[in-house]
Amino acid sequence: MIQVKNLIKVFGTKVAVDDVSFSVEKGEVLGFLGPNGAGKSTTMRMVTGYFRPTSGSVNLCGIDMLEEPELAKQRLGYLPENAPLYSDMTVASFLGFCAELRGMHGAARTRAIDRVLDLCFLDSVRNQSVDTLSKGYRHRTCFAQSIIHDPDVLILDEPTDGLDPNQKHEVRSMIKRMGKDKAIIFSTHILEEVEAACSRAIIIDRGKVVADGTPESLKKLVPGANSLDEVFRIITNPDTAVKKAA
Amino acid sequence: MSNRAIQNTLAVFKREFLAYFNSPVFYVIVVIFLLATNGFTFFFSRLLDSDDVSLATRFFVWHPWIYTVLAPAVGMRLWSEEHRLGTIELLMTMPVSPWQAILGKFFAAAVIWLIALALTFPIVGTVAYLGDPDSGPIISGYVASYLYAMTCLAVTSAISAFTRSQVVCFIISVAFCLVIALIGDPGLTQTVVNAVPNGMESVVQFISYFSFMDHFFEMTKGIFVLRDVLYFVSVIVVALLVTDLGLRSKRA
Repeated sequence: MIQVKNLIKVFGTKVAVDDVSFSVEKGEVLGFLGPNGAGKSTTMRMVTGYFRPTSGSVNLCGIDMLEEPELAKQRLGYLPENAPLYSDMTVASFLGFCAELRGMHGAARTRAIDRVLDLCFLDSVRNQSVDTLSKGYRHRTCFAQSIIHDPDVLILDEPTDGLDPNQKHEVRSMIKRMGKDKAIIFSTHILEEVEAACSRAIIIDRGKVVADGTPESLKKLVPGANSLDEVFRIITNPDTAVKKAA
Repeated sequence: MSNRAIQNTLAVFKREFLAYFNSPVFYVIVVIFLLATNGFTFFFSRLLDSDDVSLATRFFVWHPWIYTVLAPAVGMRLWSEEHRLGTIELLMTMPVSPWQAILGKFFAAAVIWLIALALTFPIVGTVAYLGDPDSGPIISGYVASYLYAMTCLAVTSAISAFTRSQVVCFIISVAFCLVIALIGDPGLTQTVVNAVPNGMESVVQFISYFSFMDHFFEMTKGIFVLRDVLYFVSVIVVALLVTDLGLRSKRA
């Protein structure tokens, strides 16, 4: 359902994403791993049609993102990094706005809002201003927005960032549940999350895909490694590891 | 425009329009606008001491200067706020074309100005009570005033597309609107002509030919010519095209 071919993004002289290709089928949950600045968010922004790739192609459900962006975006739900929201709106009116942009009006709009308020446990804050919400609620509100139209393709940039352990668990199991009939990509720093929720994972480093496989097969990439954590440290180029050694 | 396109534009319009009422911006702007227009008309132009009931030289004459400051204050949040909050990423990954969003937002701010301008109606009542003014120049004066406001607003929209800071957007927009107000001013043109080296005078004269004020005053006098309307409309269209360019450059 998601097909990404030879994606390249150059900012000035810096190559942020360097020839990334992958595909995600229906029923798959793809974990997107990599150190900070590896190009995860940039790749996701190209897949969602926010950034225009320098070269390469993105295809969602058979629709080319570069040729028919509006059609492709209809099939897509997206949770951007840091969960941006319009601070002057209430939770319900924000979700209503998103529903309208997704082409839902009248009763369909109300139904869609009620559905995601329920799914994301937001009913208690439905008429509260977004401004006054805690981080966990803000995150879930933005997450609710991404699934309001029950999309075939879901792209989540660090969906569990800033949540408490209970909420993390809830989001993870929600992703896993929805993964049965959608194609989902989500990025994370937390490797246990990959094992808990993903059917496949990609490790990306300095703009390149350095590993692609099931969490199990990734563990076998490095002989003697016990955990995904160890594999990650060995195959990505660590600025941080250098600092630790020093 | 297809049905879907209109619905999208309306959705953006509605959100943006309500946002003005959820913040003090709308109320502050309208109050200051009404204080400024009426204050200038009655205290500086001394409307009541004159034997003249035409609004052109005592009421509309102040509007370009008021818009120079107030239109950027209304427009500065249009795109800067989206950049700052990061919601631009949300909006641009929705099945909404950039043009639907640009127009939806612009119309929201445009209706705010329509309300503000409509609230100056007592001045029309005043001159109608005191004398017997021609309705033609009043109508074309209002149209000119509104078009001038829209021009400043479109310029602000263009600048807000390039920056995430409302303050930066405000300052640069005011500067731009000031240039717009001053282009072709006879005194200023003469000063600049005297200052520039030989051979450059024709360039200055050429630029002064694009005077907004000339078109504005032609209209407030009641000389309603399509040419003047098209002049403002074309500047608005160009500014909205630049808005699109700014949004593209941010996503490149």
